[in-house]
Amino acid sequence: MIVRVGHLYPEYLNIYADRGNIAVLERRAVARAHELAVEPITLGSSFEPGAHDLLYIGGGQDREQAMIAEDLAVRSDTLRAAVDGGAALLAVCGGYQLLGRGYRGRDGAWMDGAGLFPHETLAGETRMIGDVLLESTLPEAAGKTIAGFENHAGRTVLDPGAQPLGRVVAGYGNDGTSGLEGCRVGRALGTYLHGPLLPRNPWIADLLLSWAIAHATGGDPDPLPPLDDSLEDEAHAVAASRARARGGRPA
Amino acid sequence: MSTRLALETSAARFVGRLSRATRRGGGTTLPGKLVWKLDPDALDALAHRLPAGVALVSATNGKTTTTAMASSILSPVRRLAWNRSGANLASGITSTLLAARDAELGLLEVDEFALPEVMRRTRPRVVCLGNLFRDQLDRYGELEHVAERWRSAVSDLPPGASLVVGADDPLVASLGEGRDRVLRFGVDDPAHARPSLQHASDSKYCIRCGAPYVYDAAYVGHLGAYRCEACGHARPPLDVAARRIETHGLDGASFSLETPSGDARIRLALPGLYNVYNALAAASVALALGASLDVVVEGLERFTGAFGRFERFMVGEKRLLLLLVKNPAGANEAIRTLENGSVPVTLVVALNDRIADGRDVSWIWDVDFEPLLERAGRIVVSGERAAELALRFTYGGYPRERLEVVPSLETALDRGLELTEPGGELAVLPTYTAMLALQAIATRRGLTRPYWEDAA
Repeated sequence: MIVRVGHLYPEYLNIYADRGNIAVLERRAVARAHELAVEPITLGSSFEPGAHDLLYIGGGQDREQAMIAEDLAVRSDTLRAAVDGGAALLAVCGGYQLLGRGYRGRDGAWMDGAGLFPHETLAGETRMIGDVLLESTLPEAAGKTIAGFENHAGRTVLDPGAQPLGRVVAGYGNDGTSGLEGCRVGRALGTYLHGPLLPRNPWIADLLLSWAIAHATGGDPDPLPPLDDSLEDEAHAVAASRARARGGRPA
Repeated sequence: MSTRLALETSAARFVGRLSRATRRGGGTTLPGKLVWKLDPDALDALAHRLPAGVALVSATNGKTTTTAMASSILSPVRRLAWNRSGANLASGITSTLLAARDAELGLLEVDEFALPEVMRRTRPRVVCLGNLFRDQLDRYGELEHVAERWRSAVSDLPPGASLVVGADDPLVASLGEGRDRVLRFGVDDPAHARPSLQHASDSKYCIRCGAPYVYDAAYVGHLGAYRCEACGHARPPLDVAARRIETHGLDGASFSLETPSGDARIRLALPGLYNVYNALAAASVALALGASLDVVVEGLERFTGAFGRFERFMVGEKRLLLLLVKNPAGANEAIRTLENGSVPVTLVVALNDRIADGRDVSWIWDVDFEPLLERAGRIVVSGERAAELALRFTYGGYPRERLEVVPSLETALDRGLELTEPGGELAVLPTYTAMLALQAIATRRGLTRPYWEDAA
């Protein structure tokens, strides 16, 4: 079947090799005899909540993020309706921040986000940069590890009771203090981890694809048939050991 | 020289000899690290004792080659203090100046981040700012941040200093606005433009108003002839230009060099449009320092390559080509160079993730490796993050069965050579520290001379 992917602002938000994440989704879909149809959603273009089975938003430099922030905030209702309707979503780094309730700058100025994830981000003095290792807290994959790289100045604070993506084993995570990383709402995942995220954590790609397929068929998500992931496992093991050896240490 | 500086200098030279004698490396930065730690002001004093002053070169891509080309031009007319091994932080520059006892002119490549402090301390006569691409975001931060640091350093330059800027890079060109004594260099030959901006191009949006630039010609990454249809901001007129460019595969490139001192046809022994940019930058630096056009032409034509950037040597009956890759824009040009030659059947690509390589390896996904993947018969991936490269290539469509994962650089080099037919060429694309390790292997095997052997 054709999995319809909406890629938000690809020409603005692509700083951390976001196309790697798309390439992984694409190949892993094809390996299961599905097809990915990726449509860019850019400034001012319109889209319907049910038109995509999977939405993707990456990160950009401050300047590029500022250029799309307003356009994204206006899409708040559409995005929420899409996720409420069972579409899958992956937001990485800047995209993850922009989909929260908002961002408080160093000067105290407040910028509205799209309000999909129950969190707020505060500008920090120093950047949190380094390798990260998480232990997933998703019920679908409890205890599985996630390895990536983080580089963010924002401290993202989850609302009480909000569901994170995982617990920080090594690295800073959302805010450097809570020991939590990422956020999950329905079939939407947000995270600071790039690297890119999906090549060395292919189970997340498969989870997103299974959700997207469920959205397309209207059924329940079925696990996808396994693939030979020996290279992925090797890359994951090296990245995980980097995080253990040199990941940031929460204060 | 003050007594204190003299003492530090001799102590540091001793450390340098000790470092070489104990084979802890080239001894290129250790003496400077020592002095820099003891007394950072020594850098100021060392720079000011140079009778012909100091010229600094910085850029994301090409600073080592540009500086080496400028050295090729200037060495017949000046005794140089030149950091040829690429030790481009304040400590490495201190080392270079310590070692170059009788030098007249300091010719120094400088790390992008270290540039403001080095400018403040060395008070240069000429500063060349070539280009800014995304590079090691984990270390340098975002482009705009680097540009802002440069902008403030430029505004503190004395009015007598000359500035050389890459006109084809919007952000860098803007650093020359409102100043006298600026040379703007760029390429003007639409026949060599790319059909479109590459994936993950930087600085695509007008620095004044934010609208997307229209490119009449994009040459390397976002470098080219840009203009903004919304506010009219555009590439400034070129003072030093390359026109009527011809490429000769891996063997070089020719172009007409047009300058305020006259025009000349140049035959470069290095391939690729990015080396034409490097030549323009080097020519501009030399002209700003007062060199004649004849000296510039001779120096550029004599030049055969900078340390590890583009080196070819023989291994028995096989040729080995070493091409440094360190960020998306640079790697894309290395790949384009290979495409313009004939892509060797076997490639070794080596990825390390130390500080000098960038700890964040995500940049490999922004490199357009695909043209190589279509043509390479066999790829050996190597280095500390070999598995990440393997994922990059397999998810990029390269068949798993033609890929070999060999993390050890030496074993990978041997495997690559084994897979290369006699008379054939092996291309090796390493990141910075992998390149250093490969150089050491090549030196041990007698394939090339150590870089410090003929240093001053």
